[in-house]
Amino acid sequence: MLKKIIFYLFIILSTTNANALIEVDITRGNLDPLPIAVSPLHVDPKSEKYKDLEVKDLGGNIAQIIENNFKGTGLFNPLKKDAFVQKPDIAHLKPRFEDWRLIKAQALITGKLLIKDGKLKVEFRLWDLTAAQEMTALAFTTTPSNWRRVAHIISDKIYERLTGENGYFDTRIIYVAESGPKNQRIKKLAIMDQDGFNTKYLTLGNELVLTPRFNPTSQMVTYMSYFRNMPRVYLLDIETGTQEVVGNFPGMTFAPRFSPDGKKIIMSFAKDGNSDIYTMDLETRVVERITDHSSIDTSPSFSPDGKFIAFNSDRSGLQQIYVMRSDGSNVKRITFGKGIYGTPVWSPRGDLIAFTKMHKGRFYIGVMRVDGTGERLLTENYYQEAPSWSPNGRVLVFYRETKAGSKGEGFSAKLWSIDITGYNERRLSTKTDASDPSWSSLLSK
Amino acid sequence: MNLGDKMTLKTNLKNILLVVFATLILSACSTAKKSGDLEGDVYTGKETVEYLAAGVPDRVFFATNKSSLTTASRATLRKQATFLRKNKNLNVTIEGHADERGTREYNLALGERRANAARDYLMTYGISGKRISVISYGKEKPVNPASSPLAWSQNRRSVTVKVN
Repeated sequence: MLKKIIFYLFIILSTTNANALIEVDITRGNLDPLPIAVSPLHVDPKSEKYKDLEVKDLGGNIAQIIENNFKGTGLFNPLKKDAFVQKPDIAHLKPRFEDWRLIKAQALITGKLLIKDGKLKVEFRLWDLTAAQEMTALAFTTTPSNWRRVAHIISDKIYERLTGENGYFDTRIIYVAESGPKNQRIKKLAIMDQDGFNTKYLTLGNELVLTPRFNPTSQMVTYMSYFRNMPRVYLLDIETGTQEVVGNFPGMTFAPRFSPDGKKIIMSFAKDGNSDIYTMDLETRVVERITDHSSIDTSPSFSPDGKFIAFNSDRSGLQQIYVMRSDGSNVKRITFGKGIYGTPVWSPRGDLIAFTKMHKGRFYIGVMRVDGTGERLLTENYYQEAPSWSPNGRVLVFYRETKAGSKGEGFSAKLWSIDITGYNERRLSTKTDASDPSWSSLLSK
Repeated sequence: MNLGDKMTLKTNLKNILLVVFATLILSACSTAKKSGDLEGDVYTGKETVEYLAAGVPDRVFFATNKSSLTTASRATLRKQATFLRKNKNLNVTIEGHADERGTREYNLALGERRANAARDYLMTYGISGKRISVISYGKEKPVNPASSPLAWSQNRRSVTVKVN
């Protein structure tokens, strides 16, 4: 399903210009989003029909996706199309900069596409309107059914050029799709593009499934399933649909995650009332015990260099976050604030740990430095947990549940995202109720 | 007074009795909801309880974030032990559960710890560990779907279920 798509980059006209004036400061919030015009891509009239694709609308549809992506960052303010002053094909050749500046745009995206011999050829340009010059241009060829991914890849390229950081648009989110009454929930693994499109269900809902997480290449998923009423950690190959149990220990295995090299799964194993952390090498199947303590040790998460593990333990009496070396030595508690802490997740940049905090009946998602200092709470709600990082370490996705009435009515679970600045809180659109999100890496790199 | 009048009187009396009954039941319900069935935050009522046999409750309840057994829980488990001793061929699964006010993964561990607390107690009363399997559902299977302290107390439980 997630067929590796090969994009043939055939023109790279990237103009690296030191004098480019526009640059988005993403270390702060969305206080002053950059006005940007996304022109519909010009559809070459020589384009041929392709399956049931609406070829003549494709240019506008791709532009719309780019616009939505940018809007979703909170860093950009895409301008209304009815104010646009030039036809897409003319603007793409060379825009009249002064006219676009009149509508207060600072950056302009133009492009054109052609469908021929069953291939989609797309090129786009990013224009700095203030400096009156081209900033980036790129063209690629792919199969036309990939047109949504084309839009995401263009978005990533432009985001990278304007912010100096990697994008996160050509990504997917795996999560647990929920349906049914609260005390008889049906849960399925589901995967979708980060903008909520192309939802696919990976399990049928016959057994309870929880906490799916991608491997570093986003081809494999580890999750927990109650298949045959045996709660165990599983491995799923998204492409082939092959599933296998990996945590088949004589007890419950849960809370799985991949090591940063993708070679091991780290998880909790519970037996006789005690949960400890173990790793399993996927190739050799060698199992290593990492913690050995009478308390609950769970929710392990590797640092991106693989040298450390953050985890959740109640060895002090209540849930707190600890960090240790990846061999289990040198265990240090890092949370000392008010309340209790869970679900530590190391950022892909390595500098922060995201967490859930519970205090006086409220739930917070926050970030702190890896030594526990600099705690910042980003969002407070009735119930929310399980943050997962965008691949560029800039956004967290998590799930939030609402309070239910006396018969369970009014209950819902949804995915939300927030920037690590604490700005730009958004609900992600999902076809059903949703929980336990995991953000993939960039699919095209 | 003819027969018809007598009948009416009887029906009226019946109705009044019904109303009195209904009022009693309603007030009983409302006291239950006013956390009269909580000791600390451990549920002590019977609303969700089922029975393995007459007089043998199937479940015990826990305080928030705790897996220690209360005096009442121990009494319940001793009844279960007696019942299991009498039914030598019966095996059970103890399901451990948590309320919804915690993180999912920690709750899975907590449910496992609660189920084992009940299992350990049954074992000290002579029931072979081989007859008792455990499974944790964390916060995944609430018996009461409400978001209230009473519902949470009913959901923090371990339930002994017959498997054969």
